[in-house]
Amino acid sequence: MSDDLTTTDAAAGAAPAVRIRDLRLTIDGRQILRGLDLTLPKGKVTGLAGESGSGKTMTGMALIGLQPEGAVVEGAIDFGGLNLLALSRREFNRLRGARIAMVFQDPTSSLHPMLSIGRQLTDHLRHHLRMSRREALDRAAELLARVGVPDPRGALRKYPHEFSGGQLQRIAIAGAIACEPELLIADEPTTALDVTVQAGILRLLRELCDELGLTVVLITHDFGVLSSLADEIAVMRRGEIVEQGHRYEVIRNPRHPYTRELIESLPMHELAPAEGPAEGGEG
Amino acid sequence: MGRELVVDDARVTYSVAGRGQLNAVDGVSFTLEPGTVLGLVGESGCGKSTLARALCGLTPLSGGGIRFGDKPVAPMRLSRREPELLRVQMVFQNPYASLNPRRRIGKQLEDARRIHPGQAPTVGELLDEVELPRSTAAGFPYQFSGGQRQRIAIARAMATGPEVLIGDEPIASLDASLQSKVAQLMRRVALDSGAALLFISHDLAIVRTIADRVLVMSAGKIVESGPTQRVWQQPEHPYTKRLLGAIPAVDGLGRIPLVEPR
Repeated sequence: MSDDLTTTDAAAGAAPAVRIRDLRLTIDGRQILRGLDLTLPKGKVTGLAGESGSGKTMTGMALIGLQPEGAVVEGAIDFGGLNLLALSRREFNRLRGARIAMVFQDPTSSLHPMLSIGRQLTDHLRHHLRMSRREALDRAAELLARVGVPDPRGALRKYPHEFSGGQLQRIAIAGAIACEPELLIADEPTTALDVTVQAGILRLLRELCDELGLTVVLITHDFGVLSSLADEIAVMRRGEIVEQGHRYEVIRNPRHPYTRELIESLPMHELAPAEGPAEGGEG
Repeated sequence: MGRELVVDDARVTYSVAGRGQLNAVDGVSFTLEPGTVLGLVGESGCGKSTLARALCGLTPLSGGGIRFGDKPVAPMRLSRREPELLRVQMVFQNPYASLNPRRRIGKQLEDARRIHPGQAPTVGELLDEVELPRSTAAGFPYQFSGGQRQRIAIARAMATGPEVLIGDEPIASLDASLQSKVAQLMRRVALDSGAALLFISHDLAIVRTIADRVLVMSAGKIVESGPTQRVWQQPEHPYTKRLLGAIPAVDGLGRIPLVEPR
């Protein structure tokens, strides 16, 4: 159970999938990450919260080796005994998409508009897992079925513009989990979607995390999303983690004044203890 | 002092290649009263933005009518808009695109002040109003963040002395922590000046905090309307219930809302 994890060192019990130590990232002399320490418990969803410019996205990028050209990265990221920061570009290329994958905010720009879904899903299956075209297509259809895209075989032949935003995000998730990664970084995966569509994507991510034992980093500013999907929440400000703990503790008993401020500024805050807003049980 | 914006059975129809006619706005009626904030919520594709564009004459109606006071809102042409219709102003979703990138902020605000029918607030006062330093006037849009730019866009709209301010997803491209602040700011500057605000957003939580009344739109129609608190506490239409039920609560309990498929 995750519910007994309440302290910053919550991950100490379970074996962490990733341990970030003193991560510093500088671009053009500007310090974006200032000695960030973060532990991602294996098979759990860790939410990264914070305002824009706090370094959430850059942390995700450093985890998957996609920091901008010219960024100086120091510190250590331990991923199953491997220091990601010590890898060569070639070594990282073998990892990315295979053992570490990512889902972005806007699926209309993360998928290639001119390539069929089948082509996009099979490319990296063939590359990383050396599958044949036929094997890869079968696997891609399975993946689409798993993420809830109707008519998976037909979908393989279609192009991104033929799908809604929610369906495209499901397809992007299928691509991300294709090679059965250990670590999935999801950067604002539902921010561009309507709330009704968001709920479906959150449920899918929860199921995948549980079924595949995926370790997920959920980057979002939305505390509703964090509250429903994250097991742990880490709050970032100015390139540092100010607080990390079980979601319930961070939301209900924030220890850092900044976290308190963030949560009190939420428009939904007053609803927190009640049932869902639609039940209207306040009358 | 302000005039009403009255929408009466407005319709906007598009032809979609191979699929016939699409009723993007399908018989919408409501009145935006002076000095009030009206929220318009709905999912993507429900027709919110088309309606917003029709309200300021950017999209022609195919049926029904819109009037501002006793003046019908006619579709804009290449010629200048009628002076009275300039009292309806819009704040768009993307302040990166809506500000002129090559003109200093102060100049852009000056341009807008010229439209004001009476004594326009000064550039300094406008910047004070949206909580930006007065030195902002000397800068260009690229020097500012998304949140700052949207404040500038709001200041520019207010410089014209609007009676109706329309915000079409004005906070969607901003950061969460900023969204609420900018929404509150829009409400304050609109009401302080006696204008009405129509605030269009898919973010229900934000609309709840700033709107006096709310319209819920689905498939081109207004399916529910009423005082915001009533709609939130006792939603009547199944669509509204479904929409509100999909918002995850900030309760730390790890519950993902169940949404019935439509």
